[in-house]
Amino acid sequence: MNMRVYVLRRLLQGVLTLLLVSVAVFAALRVAPGDPVDVIAAGGAGAEAAQAGSASERAALRAELGLERPLWRQYAGWLSAMVTLDWGDSFVTGRSVWREFANRLPVTLQLSLMGIAVAVLLGVPLGVAAGLRQDTWVDYSVRVFALAGVSLPHFWLATLVLLASVRYFTWSPPPGYQALFTEPWGNFVQFLWPALVLGYSGAGLLTRMTRYAVLEVMRQEYVRTARAKGLHPGDVIRRHILRNALLPVITVAGIAFATLVSGSVVLEQVFALPGTGLYLLEAVKLRDYAVVQPIIVFFAAWVILVNLTVDMVYTWLDPQVRYG
Amino acid sequence: MDSADPFPATGSLEGGQPPPWAGWRLARLARTHPLGVTGAAVVALLAVIAIFAPVLSSYDPVVQDAERVLHPPGGQHWLGADNLGRDIWSRIAHGARVSLSVGFLSVLLGSAAGGIAGVVAGYYGRYTDVFLQQAADALLAFPTLVLALGIMAVLGTSTANVILAIALTLAPRAARVVRSQSLAVSSTEYVAAAKIVGAGSLRVALRHVLPHCIAPFLVIATSALGTAVVLEASLSFLGIGVPAPAPSWGGMLAGPGRDYFSAAPWMALCPGIAISLAVYGFNLLGDALRDVLDPRQRPL
Repeated sequence: MNMRVYVLRRLLQGVLTLLLVSVAVFAALRVAPGDPVDVIAAGGAGAEAAQAGSASERAALRAELGLERPLWRQYAGWLSAMVTLDWGDSFVTGRSVWREFANRLPVTLQLSLMGIAVAVLLGVPLGVAAGLRQDTWVDYSVRVFALAGVSLPHFWLATLVLLASVRYFTWSPPPGYQALFTEPWGNFVQFLWPALVLGYSGAGLLTRMTRYAVLEVMRQEYVRTARAKGLHPGDVIRRHILRNALLPVITVAGIAFATLVSGSVVLEQVFALPGTGLYLLEAVKLRDYAVVQPIIVFFAAWVILVNLTVDMVYTWLDPQVRYG
Repeated sequence: MDSADPFPATGSLEGGQPPPWAGWRLARLARTHPLGVTGAAVVALLAVIAIFAPVLSSYDPVVQDAERVLHPPGGQHWLGADNLGRDIWSRIAHGARVSLSVGFLSVLLGSAAGGIAGVVAGYYGRYTDVFLQQAADALLAFPTLVLALGIMAVLGTSTANVILAIALTLAPRAARVVRSQSLAVSSTEYVAAAKIVGAGSLRVALRHVLPHCIAPFLVIATSALGTAVVLEASLSFLGIGVPAPAPSWGGMLAGPGRDYFSAAPWMALCPGIAISLAVYGFNLLGDALRDVLDPRQRPL
């Protein structure tokens, strides 16, 4: 397929998915049981407050939210506000959602980056080792280790880490958040354990994928040919097996990176890191839709964008696509 | 027996037909798929604990007792008691009911809905397919836990809503796998033959396409069980899952009880091990099912 056509189609598809996501999130509040005004008036204070709002207050809120306008105009207004980062204020604290979110984004980003670094450094070599030595003790122990990474929930591993460090090493995470630029070492120590926990589960996924890709490539005829012509086994592994097997792994690593946000929500909670995940969680508990909606749209857009980038990088890296 | 028999019975070629009793076959299965059988055994054990929880535990899982606060494991409470004096074994056993029932129901709901959408998309193709694919892509764009959090924010916390939230995150994954299978089956000759004979499209979809999608569906549903158990536990841990007094494994690891973990580690270890065992069991079983049912993904 023509490269340019492919890239354009892929871009269009990403935009379409994003639009669908935004419609779904916009619609969610409207299909939720009860009048959106009730839900918003109840925000934070619980269900009793819904009844408390007087008729005039309700009408004012209704006008403020633009609920009298036709649905498509409400959606258009909402969408342009999302895109221009004009996210409004929290129903509960009254503070600007975007400003609060932007302040916390570096924490989540740092945790995700350190997590994916751990996952790649741990997962890819283990997967290659297991694939090259299939059905040996290396393979079995790596598979058990990887499956454990996929199976153990983040909050349980994190709890174990904290328990062990407090009980046996009398170390507990520093209470306040240490900023990256003012307290680099304190920041590193603070992020190390959550990043290791986050990275281990990502490593489980990457190990399994890498192992599978290596096994798949080892079956190919060009590998047999390379061996048959007497190429040094190390060269076969480096030039034929790894170069082909690691290509799909890039895709998985990219997707894993984008979805590490899920783990970040849990780990920010356990290790008391003031990131966006914790912000989202608190808003969900208070049913503060003004905060929940934009954050969820942001993360979906983030995943779509990362997937798109990974696909582009892949087409650029893969000679079959580049010259095809 | 005549060794020159030109048409030997199929079994005798392998030099020994397996005796047809169940125990022997089970033993053979355990030898060829040790990990899968281990997984199945773990799942069966947990299911038994869940079903017979009231019989297996002699304490009420929610009743508090000041007399036995932080009772260490042993004696009357073989897994100990928590900071409110609740028996941990009772909470684990009753928590198994919560975890497994939420897991099974959400997978049933999510994978069935996704599976049906997948068969429909693959069989009918065209606009139906494009639309369903786009819907699945949109759902997959949300990080799993973020999607579940969003759904819980809209619906509010209750056990039924946890099931719904998990089902929605699982559905697009099942839909994708089943769709590709349905697409492949729809272009086979026997489907064409059925159409030529005059079978209606519903009949073809149900009688000829659907049965071939069951194997990949089972594989994806089994691994989805592991995901569902983790998601339920994560939501309960974060305090927006199964509501508080009810015993749930994730909830046992959360809340004010965390302050007592270093003094009473059994409070954390028991539910954590229970969750890990359940998820590990489902994943082992899922991997083994994939090996058996899906020859394309069978390792060398």
